Amino acid sequence: MPNVTAIALIPLLPLAGFLLLGLFGRKYLKNSSGIIGTVLLLASTILALYTAYEYFFVYGKVAGVYEKFVPLQLTWLQFSPGVSIDMGLIIDPISVMMLVVVTFISLMVHIYSLGYLKGEERFPTYYSFLGLFTFSMLGLVLASNIFQIYIFWELVGVSSFLLIGYYYDKPSAVAACKKAFIVTRFADLGFLIGILILSFSGGTLDFSTLIERLTSPETNEFKAAAASTFLGASALTWGAALVFVGGAGKSAMFPLHIWLPDAMEGPTPVSALIHAATMVVAGVFLVARLFPIFSVAVPGVLEIIGWVGAISAIVAAIIACTQTDIKRVLAYSTMSQIGYMMFALGVSKYGGESGLGYTASMFHLFTHAMFKALLFLGAGAVIHYVHSNDMKDMGGLRKLLPITHITFLIACLAIAGVPPFAGFFSKEEILLAAYNNNMAIYWIALITSGITAFYMFRLYFNIFWSKELPSYTKATKGKEGGFVMMLPLVLLAIGAAAAGFIPFGEFVSSDGTVLHSHFDLTFSAAPVILGLAGIFTALWLYKKQNDKPAKLATSLGGIYKMAYNKFYIDEIYLFITKNVLFNLIGRPAAWFDKNIVDGLMNLIGNITQSISEGIKKVQSGKVQQYAIYFLGGVIVLAVLFIYIWK
Amino acid sequence: MQPGLYHILFLSAALFFIGVYGFLTRRNLITMLMSIELILNSVNLNFIAFNKYLWPNQMDGLFFTLFIIAIAAAEAAVAIAIIINLYRSHNSIDVENAEDLKY
Repeated sequence: MPNVTAIALIPLLPLAGFLLLGLFGRKYLKNSSGIIGTVLLLASTILALYTAYEYFFVYGKVAGVYEKFVPLQLTWLQFSPGVSIDMGLIIDPISVMMLVVVTFISLMVHIYSLGYLKGEERFPTYYSFLGLFTFSMLGLVLASNIFQIYIFWELVGVSSFLLIGYYYDKPSAVAACKKAFIVTRFADLGFLIGILILSFSGGTLDFSTLIERLTSPETNEFKAAAASTFLGASALTWGAALVFVGGAGKSAMFPLHIWLPDAMEGPTPVSALIHAATMVVAGVFLVARLFPIFSVAVPGVLEIIGWVGAISAIVAAIIACTQTDIKRVLAYSTMSQIGYMMFALGVSKYGGESGLGYTASMFHLFTHAMFKALLFLGAGAVIHYVHSNDMKDMGGLRKLLPITHITFLIACLAIAGVPPFAGFFSKEEILLAAYNNNMAIYWIALITSGITAFYMFRLYFNIFWSKELPSYTKATKGKEGGFVMMLPLVLLAIGAAAAGFIPFGEFVSSDGTVLHSHFDLTFSAAPVILGLAGIFTALWLYKKQNDKPAKLATSLGGIYKMAYNKFYIDEIYLFITKNVLFNLIGRPAAWFDKNIVDGLMNLIGNITQSISEGIKKVQSGKVQQYAIYFLGGVIVLAVLFIYIWK
Repeated sequence: MQPGLYHILFLSAALFFIGVYGFLTRRNLITMLMSIELILNSVNLNFIAFNKYLWPNQMDGLFFTLFIIAIAAAEAAVAIAIIINLYRSHNSIDVENAEDLKY
């Protein structure tokens, strides 16, 4: 049986770190804050690995199926008998898998930050925010009901906001954190409405009960939800679609992705943790958590999810080819890979062999966390050395940063889908799932995987090859980051190289049964060849500094310019908000607020004030005046009693 | 001629209004206190007169009067204490100088 204390401690230890460092860090723990945060997270990671071992190998499997356990269920807010908001822990394959991913990546980032942010003024604040984020993310994956997941969902949003805005004296970082918060909040509005619709029609907030009631057409809840319609779609469809809007906002899906590239203003380890490996996959996790509802009850919404994922994957990949800020390239690559996970869920079905897409999506989430965190931390090591984000300032770094170079190369090979690295296996399964269910998405995914290989190696060659001896080498005789920065790189590189060999389908599948993955050499040929083609194109263009890329850019002309400007999506948003929303809705609303609402309040205030001004004169301080009032009152009462109320 | 009830009621009414007049017109706090005593004594007279003329075999009015005298003594003590304190802080016992006590 699940060990409740161990599981509850996994999120509570980072919370303890947050409270400790947040309250006392700046005064008393200035130098030890990093160590404290890291040690607490190490304990958390060990507990998570222990839980995973116990779940997958000891008690989790009942009659060949991985069961869902709810070891802890507390009633938090009781509104009336039967209606309450609970707090609970859920233990099932995806939550256990996410526990391992989140704690491991977070631990790596904690260790790495010891070196990367050394000497920062707000070091304790940084570690307390990291603790808050880790707590919220772990709470999110362990949430046993849909309202609890919403609470932690907002908490990760807040901690993401705090960490993006860590360099708060930089105007661009401030703008970026506000943008991230507002865009995701906007999407969360959809999520909240979706939660309300789903829980109202399901009559419960609890995941298991909700799924049970909304997936079998015989129940009354399902009939009622399917019967009530709004704008031509059933309540169930609306609820599921709105929940997906929330997920799309958090996971930076097209067209709600605009916050993610700007979020790179935060410290690089934060980007590795939040904007690559953990928080941005929360949307995928949410869809996976409610997957039976999407798959069985509203397949139409699932189809939309598939297309949104596919479009995000290819659009982001094209934009990534033109960016020069290395972190932005990685940001778009993240968006593209999350697109993969999304459409893998979109093309999946529930149960058995047809649930391959679900397994593939979770598998890709797992491997992506490894190699994308590695890419970001590697990029962080480069930025730490060069003190610039722009790839024009880099080149020829392979001799100066040998460990970073090797680990970065492994990560690039993994993301490009070259066997036998991790990305190959997960991407193969996704492509297979798409091939079996939706040919159009399969072709988009195939092309995207070629582009992915191209832009990743464009990045790689631009950083580590290109120029022979960069000009700054002699001026700054810096060393590659110390042991604390290299250790996470090496550990993650091992993960990125070997994670693919985990027989993932045996542990995680849509209905808990074992799913055997089998590889078909003829099927794998196409993506691998495309990936290699992408790599060699990048090699030909960027291995040595030359004018081929510039010529190519001019010959592509408009397309290049559009991709370079991110297809003007930011501008479209600005146009809509500034010209349409502000003028048509904002200004009338402001007028109404200033004149009608404020006017009403001012009127009430003025009336009260003038009345009190009038009454104030009665209290004069003259005792004899009071005596006259008193006498007058007594006389009036006497008249009343004697002549009127006899 | 024996005085009747109406004579005494007339006397006590006159006493009451003299007291009220004194209370409202004097500025000296001691004089105002004396006026209050007049008012109280007019009430006492009423009690005694009603007791004597209407229910001569009962003692209720008498007891009431005794209570009022006792309480008036206590009230005078408190009032004089207040007046002394006022004099210490304001150097005057004029009621118009005590107006600032409302703040």
